[in-house]
Amino acid sequence: MTSTSHATVYVPRDSAARSVGADEVARALQQASERGDFALDVVRNGSRGMLWLEPLVEVATPQGRIGYGPVAPEDVDELLAAGMLDGADHPLRLGVVDELPWLARQNRVTFARVGVTDPLSTEDYEAHGGLAGLRAALELAPADVVAEVTASGLRGRGGAGFPAGIKWKTVLDCADELKFVCCNADEGDSGTFADRMVMEGDPFMLIEGMTIAAHAVGASEGYLYIRSEYPDAIATMRQAIGIAREHGWLGRNILGSALDFDLHVRVGAGAYICGEETSMLESLEGKRGMVRAKPPIPAIEGLFGKPTVVNNVLTLATVPVVLAEGAQAYQRLGVERSRGTQVFQLGGNIAHGGIVETAFGITLRELIEEYGGGTHSGRPIRTAQVGGPLGAYLPESMFDLPMDYEAFAAAGAMVGHGGVVVFDDTVDMAAQARFAMEFCAEESCGKCTPCRVGAVRGVEVIDKIVAGTHRDENLALLEDLCDLMTEGSLCAMGGLTPLPVRSALTHFPDDFLGGRRLLEIHPVRATEGTA
Amino acid sequence: MTEGEAIMTTSGSDVTVESVVRRAVARHRGERGPLLPVLHALQAELGHVPQEAVPVLAEELNLSRADVHGVVTFYHDFRREPAGRTTVRICRAEACQALGADQLVRYASESGLRLGETTPDGSVTVEQVFCLGNCALGPSVEADGRLYGRVGPARLGAILNGTVSS
Ligand SMILES: Cc1cc2nc3c(=O)[nH]c(=O)nc-3n(C[C@H](O)[C@H](O)[C@H](O)COP(=O)(O)O)c2cc1C
Ligand code: SF4
Ligand code: FES
Repeated sequence: MTSTSHATVYVPRDSAARSVGADEVARALQQASERGDFALDVVRNGSRGMLWLEPLVEVATPQGRIGYGPVAPEDVDELLAAGMLDGADHPLRLGVVDELPWLARQNRVTFARVGVTDPLSTEDYEAHGGLAGLRAALELAPADVVAEVTASGLRGRGGAGFPAGIKWKTVLDCADELKFVCCNADEGDSGTFADRMVMEGDPFMLIEGMTIAAHAVGASEGYLYIRSEYPDAIATMRQAIGIAREHGWLGRNILGSALDFDLHVRVGAGAYICGEETSMLESLEGKRGMVRAKPPIPAIEGLFGKPTVVNNVLTLATVPVVLAEGAQAYQRLGVERSRGTQVFQLGGNIAHGGIVETAFGITLRELIEEYGGGTHSGRPIRTAQVGGPLGAYLPESMFDLPMDYEAFAAAGAMVGHGGVVVFDDTVDMAAQARFAMEFCAEESCGKCTPCRVGAVRGVEVIDKIVAGTHRDENLALLEDLCDLMTEGSLCAMGGLTPLPVRSALTHFPDDFLGGRRLLEIHPVRATEGTA
Repeated sequence: MTEGEAIMTTSGSDVTVESVVRRAVARHRGERGPLLPVLHALQAELGHVPQEAVPVLAEELNLSRADVHGVVTFYHDFRREPAGRTTVRICRAEACQALGADQLVRYASESGLRLGETTPDGSVTVEQVFCLGNCALGPSVEADGRLYGRVGPARLGAILNGTVSS
């Protein structure tokens, strides 16, 4: 039963996999090896994004990488005894991982290496196409790199969907000596975890993307603003940056070219609003994360007043493949003005939660029912919130909408960061609407009144509606308040909070008639932080 | 490679708040806009950002006390009082709500652990957090920097009792 040579076994180091026991599984495998029972090497890869199968253990065999999952630590001895190292049968055996329908149907472009490689191995990175984009970019003049990114149709993945190339051109056209590239890794939206998975699973790709951006716009310094809730991503990115410096991928004369660029990790401090780009810049400058009025736009006056590219993790991580394979190849994917692929994230009450990367245009129903396999609880689906806490709650009747920025906007919803959070029929939509207001009150930067005060009033009004106090008057008041917040807020925190609230009211009015139990909200330090 | 690292001290006697602040500032002085990294370093060493640190920070970084105070109070991470020996954070964002996060909060409060409070014996602080990036495997809980997925009340009990180690 013992293999003659060392088998290579992959156990993810992704924090979601670790949250359900991947470290213990890796340790059990290592112990079997140390005891001399089996000859194996454990590689800690990223996650394939089939999170319901985590910990997903893969074994390299001549047939390909065979998966077993979800593996509990106590399964390890039995799996080894059954011949797992040779890919043998077992109830947990899933088959060749690349051929699993869930994965095979996807079009992994940004996530092509995530879960496949050892995240901190430079050899693995290069062997799987890493650096090809940077090498190609360094052959081009900055303006040509910008033109390539523009031609690809790549739009910002952080939510607003602004074309990356246009932003870059603005920065390139500024004459300043000092310019910055800032990566927004604040990823505070519930239901989104793709940024985290990139940072933990393929950190060099993000470094490469930021370096290409630096070359394209003439920046010499970069900042990666990672939220403090992501300690594993912080540690991995710091390690990867250190390794990249040692290899001449960062620092002076990158890859022997004239490009000098260095990159620093900055850690957030638990403020959702610091994901808003100007608030993030304030935070990077060492200030409270107060949103700045625009103009001036950060591309012209950004970090410390200098021209600054601010892009999301996925946007920057997608740049290397655009340069490596050409704008046309990327542009060919997608629909209308939503080009390329989107990394959808399925979470909440869903049977098969995880990462689905596919061209824009897939419907919500395909995502939730075909990929997601319905609810985790087995109960009927009632709603899905798309695009994070500021996104709309959609009823099942709207699940045939194609995932495309414009189609969603036209339907009064948003694709945002691509997070899909599913709820079963036990959800209380009045409670969800109340939570949206509560969240806004808790996380508002405090700069403008409609948001800071409006959200607090919103909670009170919803409570009155549910309690049946002057219901019609309070419903009208809530409408008014939503209008005021939409029209009068400086940023999308206050401006979009009405979206989940109104969508809940529109599609699930019965829940506001009382009867269902309200979610208890615990305001913690509600006055602090809202200044 | 900066915040989070322990600061070496030669003897217990020079660990005054002031000396800790000055050393933290010294280590980050070369960085642009160093206040947040310095505050993280202080909290890593002292467990919180004490009030006495504010004037020293203001002086060292050439800021007003109001500016420093404003930053410390703006961010949820910075504590002005020490937390318990273990900090347990329950995710209360939407994806975890969809999987029963409020049951965990109820379980904790029924066990006498209210959100935002530290037990009288100083053993545990329970807090809420909005999303830990584990939204497909919720409900999620973090305890002393370690992430747990698929946490039901029983597992939360084990985490709170420290029986889920490693
Ligand atoms: C309240 C609020 C929170 C935001 N949070 C994030 C975030 O966590 N991550 C992110 O990349 N963008 C976030 N954004 C969007 C950013 O402001 C900005 O549009 C984005 O970082 C630009 O990068 P992109 O063009 O590559 O998407 C947020 C915006 C708002 C209004
Ligand atoms: S809308 Fe809210 S978060 Fe945005 S600037 Fe105004 S107060 Fe700040
Ligand atoms: S919503 Fe709880 S981990 Fe994301």
